[in-house]
Amino acid sequence: MSVIYILWHRQMKRYIRSRSRIAGAIGQPLLFLMALGYGLGAVYEKAGEGDYLQFLVPGIIVQTLLFSGVFWGIQILFDKRFGFLKEMLVAPVSRTRILLGNALGGATISLIQALLVFGISFALGFRIDNWAMVPLAFAIMLVLSVTLTSFGAAIASMVDDFQGFQGINNFLIFPLFFLSSALYPLTDVPRVLQIISSVNPLTYSVDGLRWALLGQSHFGIGIDLAVMAVTMVACVAFAVNRFNRIQA
Amino acid sequence: MSKTIIEAKDVVKRFGKITAVDGISFKVKKGEIFAFLGPNGAGKSTTISMLTTMLRPTSGKLMLNGHDVTKDQNSARKSFGIVFQDPAVEEELTAYENMRIHAVLYAVPKPEQSDSIEKLLKLVDLWERRDSLVRTYSGGMRRRLEIARGLMHHPKILFLDEPTLGLDTQTRNLLWDYVRKLSENEGMTIFFTTHYLDEAEAVAGKIAIIDHGKIVASGTTAQLAKKTGTKSLEDAYLQLTGSTVRDEASKGNNGLNVRSANRNSRLR
Repeated sequence: MSVIYILWHRQMKRYIRSRSRIAGAIGQPLLFLMALGYGLGAVYEKAGEGDYLQFLVPGIIVQTLLFSGVFWGIQILFDKRFGFLKEMLVAPVSRTRILLGNALGGATISLIQALLVFGISFALGFRIDNWAMVPLAFAIMLVLSVTLTSFGAAIASMVDDFQGFQGINNFLIFPLFFLSSALYPLTDVPRVLQIISSVNPLTYSVDGLRWALLGQSHFGIGIDLAVMAVTMVACVAFAVNRFNRIQA
Repeated sequence: MSKTIIEAKDVVKRFGKITAVDGISFKVKKGEIFAFLGPNGAGKSTTISMLTTMLRPTSGKLMLNGHDVTKDQNSARKSFGIVFQDPAVEEELTAYENMRIHAVLYAVPKPEQSDSIEKLLKLVDLWERRDSLVRTYSGGMRRRLEIARGLMHHPKILFLDEPTLGLDTQTRNLLWDYVRKLSENEGMTIFFTTHYLDEAEAVAGKIAIIDHGKIVASGTTAQLAKKTGTKSLEDAYLQLTGSTVRDEASKGNNGLNVRSANRNSRLR
């Protein structure tokens, strides 16, 4: 336990000491919120779909978790390149615990980022449907942060250079984001897009969060939660498996 | 007769088609200072990586302090401290915080931690700077920090992979004086690699020379000189390994670099 704690603590110290990182990581989602929320809001409303900002906020929270969570994996690359990984790997501690400590730190960081965006969205005019469901929303964010940092850690364990990581990231993150229902409702989109979105696990997270915050859901909260749980287990297992195979 | 504390038996490491370490065997006695020499790409770092559980040998057996390195990893890990070829400290944390993480990773009992950290940081002359981020440290300071860290869990064996690379003469002298004391006073076994043969000659009790993944000679400086009919370790070394310049790739590897092969090989 104390090993996991000290490694988690290390991640938190690093995060708190680099303030530019905090600003940088929430800048992008806020830009999306304002540009799309305000920019497309009027069109959306004319189409008879209601308030776009309301619809968008859960999607942007998931985006924050996605980008900061998966991108956190670069920390493992840094540790590989700048040596600290070796210090951890030769210690008499199982690799799973080393991964868990660090990844839980990464998950905490992306959760903080998401909560910052969530908080700011209120200032932009976001309103919650049912406050009793807010704990569920937090639980969803927590599960998602663990899922996505694990995913990022798995990818970082497999590649050795920053460009490679960046490439895979762009190749995965943007499609995952754009082909979820983060930016548009799935009800009126072409069938092809509907099918693609419904095999994207992230779609169910967005849908679940939207249900918790706004009471709207496409698939139903039961299915959303089930998909999220399975995805989390799969991603953590994937990360443990890949991290165990790092040859330093 | 003193006890063998490090033993390698017919150890082979292949990365795909490349053989980085080709059936080496050696023994290091408890309390001995053992130098592992060889040209670039000869297999020194690969051997250290295997001894320190970071790489699994393709075949052969490695024993550290009575523990099988591949089967009983955690016991083997508790037996050694290591100073890596490239610095392996967390730069965004302070020296003190780095030491604390190490203490927890090696399960140093909590009441001992603070005293032990203070004693070691004072020993390497970093106590005054304990709260500065390691990022602000010079190369020599980082090395000293790593040495202090490597000693915290009272290892039986200390691995030093080119520890004096890029250090000034003062720091180098300090380091070797200290290493000698560890060996003499505490009976610690030292296993080190270096490209500075004068260091090996001055410090090491026993020397092994590796080339193309094979040990080409081993013994004391005097034995090596006698064997090759030369006067100094440097002459003996050059006679054994030839005087051609190596890049990281040796001919035996078809011009491929072992490190990149390691990266590209499908071991994962």
